[in-house]
Amino acid sequence: MNPAAPAIELRDVSKRYAGSPPVIALDRVTVQICQGEMVAVVGQSGSGKSTMLHVMGTLDQPTSGSVLIEGIDTSALPDDRLAAIRGRRVGFVFQRFFLLPGIPTIDNVANGLLYTGTSRSERRTAAEAVLDRVGLGDRMWHRPNELSGGETQRVAVARALVHRPAFILADEPTGNLDSASSASIMDLFHSLHSEGRTIVIVTHNESIAAALPRRLHILDGRLERDVRGSSGC
Amino acid sequence: MDGSNATSVDPRDADVSGDLVTVELARSDQSALNGAIAPSRLRLSEVIRVGLGSLAARKLRSVLSALGIAIGIASLVSVLGLSDSSKSALLDQIGALGTNLLTVEAGSGFGAGDAALPGTAVATVGRVATVEATAAVYSVGVGVYRNDLVPEDRTGGISVFATDPGLMGALNGSIAHGAFLSEATRAHPVAVVGAVAAERLGIRNLDTPVELYLGGRWVEVLGVLEPFALAADLDRAVLIGDHAAETYYDVELAPTVVYVRVDEDHIDATRDVLAGTIDPENPEEVEISRPSDLLEARSAAESSFTGLFLGLGAVALLVGGIGVANVMVIGVIERRGEIGLRRAIGATRAHIRRQFLTEALTLASLGGTVGVLMGVSVTYVYATTQGWRVIIPTVALVGGLTASVVIGAIAGLYPAIRAARVSPTEALRSD
Repeated sequence: MNPAAPAIELRDVSKRYAGSPPVIALDRVTVQICQGEMVAVVGQSGSGKSTMLHVMGTLDQPTSGSVLIEGIDTSALPDDRLAAIRGRRVGFVFQRFFLLPGIPTIDNVANGLLYTGTSRSERRTAAEAVLDRVGLGDRMWHRPNELSGGETQRVAVARALVHRPAFILADEPTGNLDSASSASIMDLFHSLHSEGRTIVIVTHNESIAAALPRRLHILDGRLERDVRGSSGC
Repeated sequence: MDGSNATSVDPRDADVSGDLVTVELARSDQSALNGAIAPSRLRLSEVIRVGLGSLAARKLRSVLSALGIAIGIASLVSVLGLSDSSKSALLDQIGALGTNLLTVEAGSGFGAGDAALPGTAVATVGRVATVEATAAVYSVGVGVYRNDLVPEDRTGGISVFATDPGLMGALNGSIAHGAFLSEATRAHPVAVVGAVAAERLGIRNLDTPVELYLGGRWVEVLGVLEPFALAADLDRAVLIGDHAAETYYDVELAPTVVYVRVDEDHIDATRDVLAGTIDPENPEEVEISRPSDLLEARSAAESSFTGLFLGLGAVALLVGGIGVANVMVIGVIERRGEIGLRRAIGATRAHIRRQFLTEALTLASLGGTVGVLMGVSVTYVYATTQGWRVIIPTVALVGGLTASVVIGAIAGLYPAIRAARVSPTEALRSD
């Protein structure tokens, strides 16, 4: 880890999916996300936003180019190393939440630390603290089906925070939420950003994107525009 | 911050010098990375907890698929248990009757016209050192009827034999009603009726005196016998005293069958010398058999049925295993989201594989344990109602559990490999 390096850096990253014709999901994208930045990835459905987010989080590997996480080149790393980066340095939030049914909120959050080898009691202690932070201290023992949509996404955000990641990658985090819940989740992200966290949010919602300090506009896999309020890291 | 600070940057115009610095840092940091980011790790207790949790979340399906294995294992365990219990019951029976009884008969081979042994047979056999007891029956050659009105040819397949009071001892026989012949009654016109013969003659008990019309003379029934396990021929016979036979029926006492109890340790040796002792001139005309061999053959025949049932049990187990595999494969398809999420929070492919394998193994061993318990219960209940000793062979217990684990591993392997191959990006895609 290099504290001076950008949190995420894509260098000439392309991603092609085989088929006829082959799909170019990312086309020579070069971008840096600095520590503490809050960035929107904006574009139409199928523009390659999600692929970019997955590549940033090492869930997917580029066909060419390289991805650096905190200055570490991930292109040659094996599956277990990439998994370790995801488990310890990346926090994912998804549109469909992906909470495990049948287990209480606290354990869904504690699962963020599951693959770090932390003991169960330590995981729960950490989960409690994060749940308090996202305002769900009174929902610890509720099951996912007992929570509202907004609460469910808060739990998912807490799960993405529990292992103190270097950055959070959110893929359409408000896509399944009504406008009130969306606003509350975005407030949560803004407040996390104000605490100095690095956050990348994929969205097709222009008003959500407009409220973010930096916006990456993606079209047909290419980075069309990089709009930001301040320059460089 | 004023609006002039907002700039639109072409990404290819990135700050080159800044990039180079980053590259330098990245290289120098590469070795630090391997130390700095500890590998993903899932404790063994967590592997089990995760596996159990996933099964608990799908209780009905888990229970149903485990039930398939349980039925297979239960049938294997109960077949083995019942076969061993019944075999032990049979062996107990054989043991109680004694395996040291030999039956000597006149051979039915070439030149053996009249089926009778030399009159001296009982005496000569008794002189063999290893012989413990002897008894003989003599064919009387008359019919026995319920009364004098029954036509002569309707014998009911019942033979009449003469014998001596020692027969019961030699054959370990027992009396159902009344008494057997004694020294006092062996010369009197009285009869003892075998179990099957009593049924055919309609004799249920001796509460009121019963008489039979035997060889043109009324005789009183003295007793009714329990079935003989080692001499079924006598069950279909009416027995009279040997002295009475000579007196009333004018029979020359040439033994039809001689029953010989032999020293347990010298059964084969005795068997070899008996024929020559009885009829030194034509030993080949003396036929010697060991009735307990028949029971052992029956036990062997039952064992071959055991093989058949074991085969059926194995088929049930196989079907159970396929059920588990099926449930796991469907699970992999349904749980793509969960698999993607686990990969996103740091699970390696190996972790996913291990989780699914653990689930299959848990399902199968759960089924196996329930199956063993079911099998033991079935064996216990059935054996108890049959009055057998309950025997659960260790091989059934250990084998049942091992088989379920092996089936689970095989059934879980393919789904586990498939689960590990699920592309997390496909599984997690939002649109």
